[in-house]
Amino acid sequence: MILAVDLPYWAQSLLRVLGGTVAVLLPAGTIVYLFLFKMMSFMQSRLGPMEAGPYGSLQLFAEVGKWLQKEDISPEHADKRIFRAAPLVVLVSTFLLVAVVPFGPDAYFTDFDAGVFYMLAVSSISTLGILMAGWSSANKYSLLGGLRAAGQLIAYELPMVLAVLGVVIQAGTMNLQTIVVKQNSDAIFGFDGLGNPYILTQFVGFMIFMIAVQAELTQTPFDMPIAESELVSGYMTEYSGFRFLIFFIAEFATAGVFALIASVLFLGGWGVPFSWFGWDAADTGSIDNWMNIVGPLIMITKMVVLAGIIMWVRFSYPRFREDQLQRFAWKVLIPVSLVNIMLTAILKVAF
Amino acid sequence: MTDLADRQKLSYIAAQAADARLNVELETEGMTLNIGPQHPATHGTLRIIVRLDGEQVIWAEPGAGYMHRGYEKLTEVRTFPQVTALVNRIDWLGSFANEVPFILAAEKLMDIEAPPRAQWIRTILFELSRIANISLFLGDLGVQLGAVTPVFMAFRDREHVLNLIESVTGGRFHPNFDRIGGLKDDLPAGFIAETKQVMKKLRNFCDEIENLLFGNEIFQSRLRGIGVIPAEVAKQYGLSGANLRASGVDWDLRRDQQLPLAYDKVDWKVWTHPDGDSFARCWIRLQETREATLIVDQLLDGIPSGPIMAKVPRIIKVPEGEAWVSTENPLGEMGYYVVSKGDLGPFRVKIRSASFNNISIVPWVLRGVYVPDIISILASLYFILGDIDR
Repeated sequence: MILAVDLPYWAQSLLRVLGGTVAVLLPAGTIVYLFLFKMMSFMQSRLGPMEAGPYGSLQLFAEVGKWLQKEDISPEHADKRIFRAAPLVVLVSTFLLVAVVPFGPDAYFTDFDAGVFYMLAVSSISTLGILMAGWSSANKYSLLGGLRAAGQLIAYELPMVLAVLGVVIQAGTMNLQTIVVKQNSDAIFGFDGLGNPYILTQFVGFMIFMIAVQAELTQTPFDMPIAESELVSGYMTEYSGFRFLIFFIAEFATAGVFALIASVLFLGGWGVPFSWFGWDAADTGSIDNWMNIVGPLIMITKMVVLAGIIMWVRFSYPRFREDQLQRFAWKVLIPVSLVNIMLTAILKVAF
Repeated sequence: MTDLADRQKLSYIAAQAADARLNVELETEGMTLNIGPQHPATHGTLRIIVRLDGEQVIWAEPGAGYMHRGYEKLTEVRTFPQVTALVNRIDWLGSFANEVPFILAAEKLMDIEAPPRAQWIRTILFELSRIANISLFLGDLGVQLGAVTPVFMAFRDREHVLNLIESVTGGRFHPNFDRIGGLKDDLPAGFIAETKQVMKKLRNFCDEIENLLFGNEIFQSRLRGIGVIPAEVAKQYGLSGANLRASGVDWDLRRDQQLPLAYDKVDWKVWTHPDGDSFARCWIRLQETREATLIVDQLLDGIPSGPIMAKVPRIIKVPEGEAWVSTENPLGEMGYYVVSKGDLGPFRVKIRSASFNNISIVPWVLRGVYVPDIISILASLYFILGDIDR
């Protein structure tokens, strides 16, 4: 992170930790309040929380307070150490994910050349945490949930990788920052008024990515690992108190971070079309400093839109069955994304 | 089609064979999963023990009785008019419908008949409780399949129906309104106009559910071809109501038997579906809710004037005898076998409730399905715990 003032190393590290915490918790809070509390309520012809704070805006803190007060129970036959570590593993994957997301020309945690690769690799850690939780709970429902989660997340990792591959081919880089700059400075057939957000040229990839994200997050058409009407609460059945809270935060924080990543990959990230301000893509120094403030706001806006879509689908669809989900992943999504990659590669060479 | 005893034997052998296969060939063990008595999908305390091979069910057994309240025995220490307050609680979502067959049985024994106006109001309330019951089923169906939104619509629109029932009877869930020889009260002022509006809302609700759930591809892929019950098997297990009609059996007690109710005065249709799968059962219920709103509309138009109570003695003593009356309740056939010895109360009452028989097919229909299908099949069979355990 390049700052105008010279800070000692410890202060920079502290800033990074603070920034990371905000970047994980702010999307989670926004999603839970805006969508889980309010949008869901309005879709279901009710008001949602109205008592805590104006329009229930402090409900979130009330909920967190409630969960923190509860007893931390672990079952007698559980594998205690793994049982306790599992929620943290899930949350850690979220924090690791946010490390490569660029929020502005200079506002990033790391400028990492294999960012996309790292992102896809790290996002699988949460699967590990879920499997740990499912196995160590010593509960049959948890076990079924954990196994379902593992099967599902592995099946949907592949379409996600393949969908992102189209973007990587088009951008010619795996660096997320460069992908953002490219999207805002490129032109579509000579027209550079909008830049080239990849949602236009990689629309199929975007759709596959969003579907895979929905499955990766275990949100409703793909929420078999939790499946509250079948498996009680899946891998979370035995958790209570703040460990449940961590699962809960991780679920929505990961939704937020994936929405951020989707906006970086497909919607132009923090950027505005460079042609509007005459910035030079080759020289990031030419980008005005205020983008470091406006950029994160743009990102948050895009995140809210994308997370809204994820939640919208979650509230209106019933759940797939496990085998139907696998069939959908292997027979529909993967072939389509392979065709998408081929077409992208051919067009990339042709133009 | 093999008969029942053979089927049970085969089921046992199949379970044993499946265990052996699991242990020897794959060197894996089956898992016995205890669904319930406390489980979100059993809406009450039904226990289902399933033996799983991975996610596939090898063997399933329902265990009822966790909510047995002994209504059959309790009726023996109540007088005849008091019994309605008890039987209200059997199928608690369509409670007025529970009173009607008992009252009809008592009237049959006493050889009196309610005046026409009382019969029509009975029929209207009967259909209203059917709508209140099944509209909640339509919403709950979504929850069982993971869609959270429909259930709130169901609660929203059921509220209108409950308000109507309350305006007539004074009770929302347990009306206790039916009397031997008629009804407790007449309809309140403005009931007819209000009911017509509510019926319109309910038809809108049915359209909404049809668009939101029944048209959904995930919903269809979850239910179509799952839990198929052929007509023969359905008859063998004594299924009734929508579960039977979904298997293609055209059988509806509202039409098929002559009771002092007003069903033969209106023009309506019995819906059947040839498939017999979970989707058919849900679809039949959707159509029946719609049909019920139309029945209520027609009944409101033709409601006769007159008294609502026949001449009955102040102290009701039912003459000695036995009577069996069953009606087409929201969940299926519900009947009372009443034995009277000429006392104030019944000597013995046998209650035939629909859910108990409907749930008896669970071991047959659950064999070989996957765990998520257990829930969707149970949801589509539609039982109410009070109706199973009584």
